[in-house]
Amino acid sequence: MTSWVPTPCRVVERTVETHDCVTLTLRPVTGSLPAFRPGQFAMLYAHGVGEIPISVSGIPADGTLVHTVRAVGAVSRALHDAAPGTVIGVRGPFGTAWRLDGVEDLLVVAGGIGLAPLRPVLGHPSRRTVLVAGARTPEDLLYAGDLLALSDVDVVLTVDRGGHDWHGRVGFVTEPLASIPLDPERTTALLCGPEPMMRFCARTLLGRGVPAGNIQVSLERSMQCGIGLCGHCQLGPLLVCRDGPVTGYPEAEPLLLAKEL
Amino acid sequence: MTIPMTELDALPLLARLSHTQRAAIAGVSRIETYDQGVRLFDEGGLADQCWVVLSGCVTIDTAVPQNGRMVLQSVGAGELVGWSWLVPPYRWHFGATVVTPTRAAVVDTAELRRLADDDPALGYQLSLILLDALLNRLQATRIRLLDLYRNPS
Amino acid sequence: MTIGSDLEVVDMDVVLDLRGLDALIRVLAQDGRVVVGPVLRDDAITLAELGSADDLPGGWGVETGPGHYRVRRREDEAVFGHSAGPQSWKRFLHPPRRALLSSDGTGFHAAPESPVSYAFFGVRPCDLAAITKLRQVVGGPAPFVVAAQCTEPGEVCFCSSMGCGPGAGSGYDIALTERVDGDGHRFLATSGTEEGAAVLTRVPSRPAARHDVELADRDVAAAAGRMGRSMPEVDLRDLLAANRDSAHWEAVAERCLTCGNCTMVCPTCFCVSVEDRTDLDGNAERAQRWASCFEIDFSYLHGGAVRTSGASRYRQWMTHKLGTWHDQFGTSGCVGCGRCIAWCPAGIDITEEAAALARTGGGRP
Repeated sequence: MTSWVPTPCRVVERTVETHDCVTLTLRPVTGSLPAFRPGQFAMLYAHGVGEIPISVSGIPADGTLVHTVRAVGAVSRALHDAAPGTVIGVRGPFGTAWRLDGVEDLLVVAGGIGLAPLRPVLGHPSRRTVLVAGARTPEDLLYAGDLLALSDVDVVLTVDRGGHDWHGRVGFVTEPLASIPLDPERTTALLCGPEPMMRFCARTLLGRGVPAGNIQVSLERSMQCGIGLCGHCQLGPLLVCRDGPVTGYPEAEPLLLAKEL
Repeated sequence: MTIPMTELDALPLLARLSHTQRAAIAGVSRIETYDQGVRLFDEGGLADQCWVVLSGCVTIDTAVPQNGRMVLQSVGAGELVGWSWLVPPYRWHFGATVVTPTRAAVVDTAELRRLADDDPALGYQLSLILLDALLNRLQATRIRLLDLYRNPS
Repeated sequence: MTIGSDLEVVDMDVVLDLRGLDALIRVLAQDGRVVVGPVLRDDAITLAELGSADDLPGGWGVETGPGHYRVRRREDEAVFGHSAGPQSWKRFLHPPRRALLSSDGTGFHAAPESPVSYAFFGVRPCDLAAITKLRQVVGGPAPFVVAAQCTEPGEVCFCSSMGCGPGAGSGYDIALTERVDGDGHRFLATSGTEEGAAVLTRVPSRPAARHDVELADRDVAAAAGRMGRSMPEVDLRDLLAANRDSAHWEAVAERCLTCGNCTMVCPTCFCVSVEDRTDLDGNAERAQRWASCFEIDFSYLHGGAVRTSGASRYRQWMTHKLGTWHDQFGTSGCVGCGRCIAWCPAGIDITEEAAALARTGGGRP
């Protein structure tokens, strides 16, 4: 039963990102956590409330772990509200990571909170990176200041509804995807966001000639254990906590197209 | 200012055209550069040209009482601005403003229609290009109607 | 030792009478094991701790059907003459509720393990297969298993077509085959492990003759031909994969109450939900409890459930059981015990639903 017992970690920094998202930096109270890879997730436990899967949104070299949490339910609200000093339980790392070996041209497409699991892949000097990120409004864009400061990354930000002082794009992420310059055969695309957004983006990229095998998506299902025991995260043949969340699009497409799977 | 053919040849938008067909379009187009804030057209005005954005960004807007000009859509590099010239009453439905310094190919749409009438093969390819661009815009707009990024709580 | 061909002694096998069976229970208990086996309780054959062979449901059988289960008096005093009951060994290997850890807000402590050493007594071959499949998922210490080979399958049984019976496959320490006839009430006992063989040396028995073994083999072989039901002879994994969009799921949903009984009685359904219980001192206990994929909240993701329709939930259960279990664990999740048929209040029959899917064309033979 030890696999169910979290490592106590203290919130050492809490950054308000948007009206409903914060980024928490966690440090183990004692000892250390195993190394996380971009795309993997941890089960974060809020004392007395519950435990939910949250992707890692930053992997600093100092032994801390960074998660961006959006308050959407009881547990995520409790985590969102955790002030510096609060102890949070961490189990992980769980699941599959983004596959980046040998990638030279990286296209990162994020929608909403879907940017969080992708942030750790940005800014790697050995590859060309284009980031296309969508959000509801300019105020909902995560890490906007940090993103524009990244060297080595071409950033396209687009929102569903702009305001009077918004000078970025207004529209859906498929629109820049349809027109940005890319070398389809050499491009590896990582998609993370609501399921319909990933389906539409993948189709747009297939239309541009990007091979399906070059597209990876991050899947999401209910998870209560993270270790293939609770059964909640089944998506067809997959146990998403074990076989996902990062999945190749050829495998994911039929699962994403099936109704209520 | 005439259009350097290398720029038209590089546009994914026109990839289905032959070099000769692209040259014909270049013949009815000119390059313009616009500073930030330039108004390309206003709602109700005569629609007699369209723009292919080469670099920069243009927004499509409409006036709403109490809200001023509301931006509905951005158009960036490689995308088309302006459809109202295609169908009666040939008046702009929305307005358009340059939001970042923009370079664009401006197409004389009366001449473009003449080219298409004279050469149905070119006309057919142009129709597909416009339909493809329109479909992307329509689908993206429909997806935005889903409000996918809203907080479900 | 050869006296005559009929009485030729067969290696390792012995024959116990009822006193020997009773001794077997006592020896297992003496070694510190909690011996659990079938008992008659509340008009059903349930599982409980055994003190002696007298606790076994001697003379009781069952009649089953879709949505139907009744105990009945047998004409003999057989103790294993009943097919699967409402409970399975799952409740011991994977309890309905289990504490996981406690939290005081700053530290987390694993719940103490309860080191029960079980001996499962009278495990039917379908359930023997289920124990193997379940332990593959949930782990835990191996119980000592005394299997009871099946010589009398019930009306909802189809273990034969799932390859899980009526003979006991691997995984037992001792396998018994019961026989009641003019020569008396007796049990052929075969050891499957050295531990099982060692236990058998400590109970009164006589050596098994070739005749005893032949009778047992014949009885078990005959049982294979008396299964009340069978799965269609197609690749079930392919069948389910090909029928994700079948209209038949709607037809099942018209009958299915999404009550989850099938998942509760299934000896391999392992899903759990985890919940916190807090006290007024600010401590929390986290525990898991059995969950069912038929619960609307089972697939809850922020904002709502993924599987809201009954059709999608039945599809999930049956597809997982017969199909995607292979993808996840390399084997089928179904053993053919028939419990889900007997305990479905609407009498939905998984073999019938599989046959209906096969008739509509999906799957290859």
